Amino acid sequence: MELDLMFILGKIILITVILLGSLGIAMYATWAERKVAAIMQDRRGPNRAGFMGLLQPLADGGKLFFKEEIIPDRSTRFLFIMGPGLAMLTALMTSAVVPWGPDIVTNSGIITLQVADINIGILFIFGVVSLGVYGVMLGGWASNNKFSLLSSIRAASQAISYELAMGITLVAMLMMTGSLSLREIVDQQHGFWDGHYFTWNFFKQPLGFLIFFVCALAELNRAPFDLPECESELNMGYHQEYSSMKLGFYLFAEYINMFISSVIMATLFFGGYNFPFMDQVAGAVNPILFSVICVMVLLTKAIGFILFIMFIRWTLPRFRYDQLMRLGWKSLIPLALVNMLITGVVILWVIK
Amino acid sequence: MSVYEILFWFLTVMALSCALGVILSRNPVNSVLFLIATFFAISGHYILMNAQFLAIVNIIVYAGAIMVLFLFVIMLMNLNADTEPQKNRLIQLAGVISGGALFLVVLAALRTSTVNVLEQTSTDIGLIKNLGKTLFTQFVLPFEISSVLFLSAMIGAVVIGKKEEGQTA
Repeated sequence: MELDLMFILGKIILITVILLGSLGIAMYATWAERKVAAIMQDRRGPNRAGFMGLLQPLADGGKLFFKEEIIPDRSTRFLFIMGPGLAMLTALMTSAVVPWGPDIVTNSGIITLQVADINIGILFIFGVVSLGVYGVMLGGWASNNKFSLLSSIRAASQAISYELAMGITLVAMLMMTGSLSLREIVDQQHGFWDGHYFTWNFFKQPLGFLIFFVCALAELNRAPFDLPECESELNMGYHQEYSSMKLGFYLFAEYINMFISSVIMATLFFGGYNFPFMDQVAGAVNPILFSVICVMVLLTKAIGFILFIMFIRWTLPRFRYDQLMRLGWKSLIPLALVNMLITGVVILWVIK
Repeated sequence: MSVYEILFWFLTVMALSCALGVILSRNPVNSVLFLIATFFAISGHYILMNAQFLAIVNIIVYAGAIMVLFLFVIMLMNLNADTEPQKNRLIQLAGVISGGALFLVVLAALRTSTVNVLEQTSTDIGLIKNLGKTLFTQFVLPFEISSVLFLSAMIGAVVIGKKEEGQTA
């Protein structure tokens, strides 16, 4: 197997750019969260560090790095350190299969804006998401603290319960697209209107999107499903014993997850980097500029989702644990099954 | 050595040593973690054989779901190395004898077998499209029967787990 040096170099550059980009966006998501909360509560929010508090994330990061590192005496040391690392790793891994933009065709070759176009793209994401539980579980258990353990078990059972409904929704999606590759799914949603109907999957699977979105919120441990961090019941949550940048990693992984899952929702249901009248735009500007526009469109959609998730957090109260389980098992899973049935019927008898 | 062989031996060593770690480590949580690492090694082998679907399903189902439940139970029971009960002599003896017998059988089987050369030609049977076609044409009956089996197991679990009428504890 001959491996091209240029190929490897290109991929490394792409991976670096994507990772740094997600880190940067996640960093400013923390700032945006505080600003959104402030606006919704009629406050000013961070406004001391830099213009409009724009340097606040850097200040927070610096503070976390310089704080004292505490590893509890009775903890399982190795797993205690591995926990935040795993959380961060799984948060960053999903970005590998996302198509960030269309191929750029230049004179010297084709530049692909996707790290790996594997033919099991969605399943890869699903696999990594299902591994995301381990970071929380191991961290909570290794802390040797009953509150942390309870909280991490809550987090894990919540994630497992909502993965089922999410999986069934994806099955309905896949019955329609006929492919698991994210690249192909995005290509099928080319433009916005194909002459008969909208091309974006949201208009074909509205119920599916709704279920997927709720499940994504639950997987992210975001409000109204932020039971693992329920401070009134569990002191602080699974990261209670953590300090310094290890705590920072846990908190930060949540924001990266939020960004990546927003990108995935945009890719699966809202056309990815496609936008209305894209063919006309592609004809008018040069290919590199067009790709930049496409990436910007995808990022805009993702940021829209992030803001929406934040609005939800500062609007809705938290679920109780039994309500959470009832919603997951008794409402969302049957709903997802019905959605799958309807999709099958429509594909078999209406579209053919 | 080609890249393929290096990867193959790396994954093999990883799978075997992690599998040994499962039975040799005294802390049950470590055993579970070793088992997860073993699953990853096996998934790596699947990918080497171009069976991407099997690889990822192995991770989703075993590492992502079943092992999490194992961890649940172990963490809640708070098993530690020092809470392990002391086995009595008779059981230890029985263990040694049965383990030795198994070892002999495996050794005898390995002696007569021939070592096949690694087949490196990539097949496409493990890709999801071909796998689905095979499952739903050639093997559709066993496939459906096994799904009925899963369903009955699930119903059985629900029946066992359900509280009896009037019992509120």
